[in-house]
Amino acid sequence: MTAPAAANAALDQTVVSLPVQESARLVRDTRPLRLITCGSVDDGKSTLIGRLLWDTKAVKEDQAASLQRDSSGKQNDLGLPDFALLLDGLQAEREQGITIDVAYRYFSTDKRSFIVADTPGHEQYTRNMATGASTADLAVLLVDARVGLLEQTRRHATIATLMGIRQFVLAVNKIDLTNYDRARFDQISHEFRELALSLGVRQVTAIPVSALKGENVVYDGRASMPWYDGPTLIEVLELATTRSAQTVGFRLPVQRVSRPGESFRGYQGTVAGGSVKPGDSVVILPSGMVANVTKIVTFDLVRNAAVAGDAITLVLDRQVDVSRGDVIASIDSQPMTGLAFDAQIVALQPEGIQPGKRYWLKSGSRRQRVQVQPVSQLELKSGKWNHADELPMNAIGKVHLAFDEQAIFDTYEQNRTTGAFILIDPDTNNTVAGGMITAKRAALGGIHTEESRVILSLPADLADQLMATELFASRREDVEVRRVTAGKAVGIIDAIDG
Amino acid sequence: MPHTLPETELHNPQSTKPPLDPHLKALENEAIHIFREVAAEFERPVMLYSIGKDSSVLLHLARKAFYPGRVPFPLLHVDTGWKFREMIAFRDEMVARYDLDLVAHTNPRGAAENVTPFTHGSALYTDIMKTEALRQALDAGQYDAAFGGARRDEEASRAKERIYSFRTPDHRWDPRNQRPELWNIYNGMIRKGESVRAFPLSNWTEVDIWRYIQAEEIPIVPLYFARKRPVVERDGMLILAEDPRLELLPGEVKREEVIRFRTLGCFPLTGAIRSDADTLDDIIAELETATVSERQGRAIDRDQAGSMEKKKREGYF
Repeated sequence: MTAPAAANAALDQTVVSLPVQESARLVRDTRPLRLITCGSVDDGKSTLIGRLLWDTKAVKEDQAASLQRDSSGKQNDLGLPDFALLLDGLQAEREQGITIDVAYRYFSTDKRSFIVADTPGHEQYTRNMATGASTADLAVLLVDARVGLLEQTRRHATIATLMGIRQFVLAVNKIDLTNYDRARFDQISHEFRELALSLGVRQVTAIPVSALKGENVVYDGRASMPWYDGPTLIEVLELATTRSAQTVGFRLPVQRVSRPGESFRGYQGTVAGGSVKPGDSVVILPSGMVANVTKIVTFDLVRNAAVAGDAITLVLDRQVDVSRGDVIASIDSQPMTGLAFDAQIVALQPEGIQPGKRYWLKSGSRRQRVQVQPVSQLELKSGKWNHADELPMNAIGKVHLAFDEQAIFDTYEQNRTTGAFILIDPDTNNTVAGGMITAKRAALGGIHTEESRVILSLPADLADQLMATELFASRREDVEVRRVTAGKAVGIIDAIDG
Repeated sequence: MPHTLPETELHNPQSTKPPLDPHLKALENEAIHIFREVAAEFERPVMLYSIGKDSSVLLHLARKAFYPGRVPFPLLHVDTGWKFREMIAFRDEMVARYDLDLVAHTNPRGAAENVTPFTHGSALYTDIMKTEALRQALDAGQYDAAFGGARRDEEASRAKERIYSFRTPDHRWDPRNQRPELWNIYNGMIRKGESVRAFPLSNWTEVDIWRYIQAEEIPIVPLYFARKRPVVERDGMLILAEDPRLELLPGEVKREEVIRFRTLGCFPLTGAIRSDADTLDDIIAELETATVSERQGRAIDRDQAGSMEKKKREGYF
C-alpha cells in the first residue's frame, strides 16, 4: 500500500500526481498507448471517445456524414451529432443506447498513437470491461459531475488495479451541467483520490470535462473553467507511460514444436519476460531438464538476442523432450512450479465460480485441469475481503487453485503473462474468469492463514462457545470463525495462542 | 517425407532491410503469436485469402510464423467469379512462389442460377456468392478455425470483434454473447461443428498495413498503384471497365483515367479513386491526408444500416 504521509500531502492539490516513479523519458515511446474508458452507465464514455476521435480528426468525411444521418433526431442543442454512435456499432446498442461490448478504436496525434477500448458501464457486461482492462496501460474513469462516485466506479477502479493498471485519469464529465462548479469537482476528485489510495494507485490526474462540448478533452476549457489550469485529457495521454517489461528472468511458453525436416527442431513461442541469447543455459519446465541455446531463428535472420514480446523460434543444443505447454526459462531465475497456488479472480459469467468445481485453466500455452476453491470476496464499498464459499458473476475474489499435475507460474506482479490465466468451464467451454497468481501454496485444506488471519471451521456449538470466551474477544481481529454442521474442533486454543 | 526448404527461403543474415519500428514490430509479434496458437490448438485450420492488401500481409505473417517450415494449412479463396482479373493472376503466382495449398470455391448454386451483381443486386449477390459460398467451403473442408484479415478499424461492428471469434455450427456470430478475451490468452475450446474465426490483424490500422507492406517489401496486386485504366462512372463510383461482362448502360461512357484502388473486392462493386499515387511512398502520403475512409468505395457496406453486422451474424467474414 502507498505510504500515507506522501499521499495526504498530495491530497491538497487540485491535480495530483502521486509519487511518479519513472522520470520523464528522453526517448519518446513510439508504441501505442493502450487505454480503457470505464465508469457507470450514462456517464458519457462513448461520447468522450467520440469526441476524442472527432477532435483528433480520426473521423473521416464519409463516416461523419453517416453519423450525421444516423443521429438525426438525436441531435443535441449544440447542433453536434451523437458522438456515441461512432462507438456503439451494434444494432442492439443503438436500440438501447448502451454499450454492450468492447469497441477498440485507433487514433493518433502528432505525438503518439492510441488504442482505446471503450468498455461497457453496465454491470451485466463487466466481463467486457475486464477484457479491455487486461491489456491497458491506463484507465480513464468517468464520473457524472452531478452524480459523483458510484459502486460501479469502485468496481471498475478495483478491477483495473487488480489487472495491474497504475495510471488513472478521473474525468469528471458533464461539468457544464453543474455550471462549472469548482467545489463539486474538488469534492469528487477528493473522494476518488481516497479510493485510489486505498487501491494503491500511484498516479491519478483529475480533469473537469465536458465531453459533449469538447472542453478539456483535446481543446482546453479555459473559457468556461478559468479555475482549472491542469492538463487536458489528450495531454495526459500523450505523456503516459506504457507498462514496462517485467524484470524476472527469461520465459518462453512453448506454443509449438517446429520440425519441418530431419535437420531442424525449434521451439516456437513469444518471449514472455527477460531476454535470451545464444549460449544461454535454460531449463525446461516441468521436466527440469537443462540445455543450452544454440540459435534464435526468425524469418529474416538468425538473431543474436531476443527480448520480451519477440515471437521467435529457439534451437537448443541437445535432444530434449519439449512440447507445447512447457516453459523454457532461465536457470538462475525460474518460475514457481507446484500443485497449489493462491490467486485473485474476476468472475465473468452468470453462473459464477462454484466451489470445488474442476475447470480448465489456460495460462500461456498451457492448459490443465484445476479445482477452484473460493476463499473470500471483495466488498467494493468498504474494500474489505469477506469470507465467501462461492463467487457470483462480477465478484472479485481470492481463491485457492489445486492441480493434478505440476503447474508453472510467476506471480502476476512479477510477470503479467506467466502470472495470468483464464478459467474455462468444461461444460460450456465458456471463459468464466480471469485470474492473477498471487503466491504458491504448500497445500490445500485444513487450518490455514490468509494474510495474518486465522480461519477456524467449527461445528456451530463449539464456535459459539469459542466466541464467548475472553480469549477470543481479545483476538477477534486475527481470527475468523466459520460455522460448519459437522466436523471436529482441532487445535482451537493452540491456533489462537500461536 | 521431410519438406526441403527452397534455398532462397533460408535466412539471410546480410539482410539490408532496416529493423521495423517498435509499433509495427509489436503488431507483427502479436499476429505471429495468434497464428501459432491457432495452428497448435485446432485440428483443421484454414486461412481465408481474398488477395487484397490485408490478405497479402496476412500471408506474409503466416510465412514468418511457421518459418522455417511451410505454412501448415491451406488458403481458401471464395471466388465469386467477379474478381478483378489481375487478382486471380496474382493469387496463382503467390501460390506457386510460396508453395501454398489453395482451395478455391465458387457457390455452385450461384453459378448455375447465374447470380451476378447486375441481375440480383449487391445485397443478394453478396449473400449468395460470398456468405453462402464461404459457409459451403468451410463445411466441406470441416475447418474448425479460419484465419481472416479483418481489422477493427474498418467498420463499427468489426471494432467489437474478438481476436478469436466464436461461431456456432451454422456459422453464426452472436455479438452480445462473445467470450471474454483477457490478455493474450485465447480460448480455443469448441465442440464438434463449432468453429473459431481468428483475426491476427485485429489491432492494425490501414496505415499500419501500408507501412508494413513497404517495410517488408510484400508483393501486392498492381491495382493498388495508380495507372491509366478504362473506367465508367456508375452510382457515384468509378468502375473498372475492362471485363467484357460489364455492359454499359444508356448514357455511360467508357474512358481512360488515372486511377487506383484503395480496397479490392468484386470489380462491379468496388469503386476506384482518382489518384496519381503509383509508389508506396505516394500511397502512404495520400492516405495520411485522406479525408474519406477506406470502405467508402465498397457498395456492400451501404446496403442498409448495420449492414456489416447483419452479414457477419449470418456467417459473412
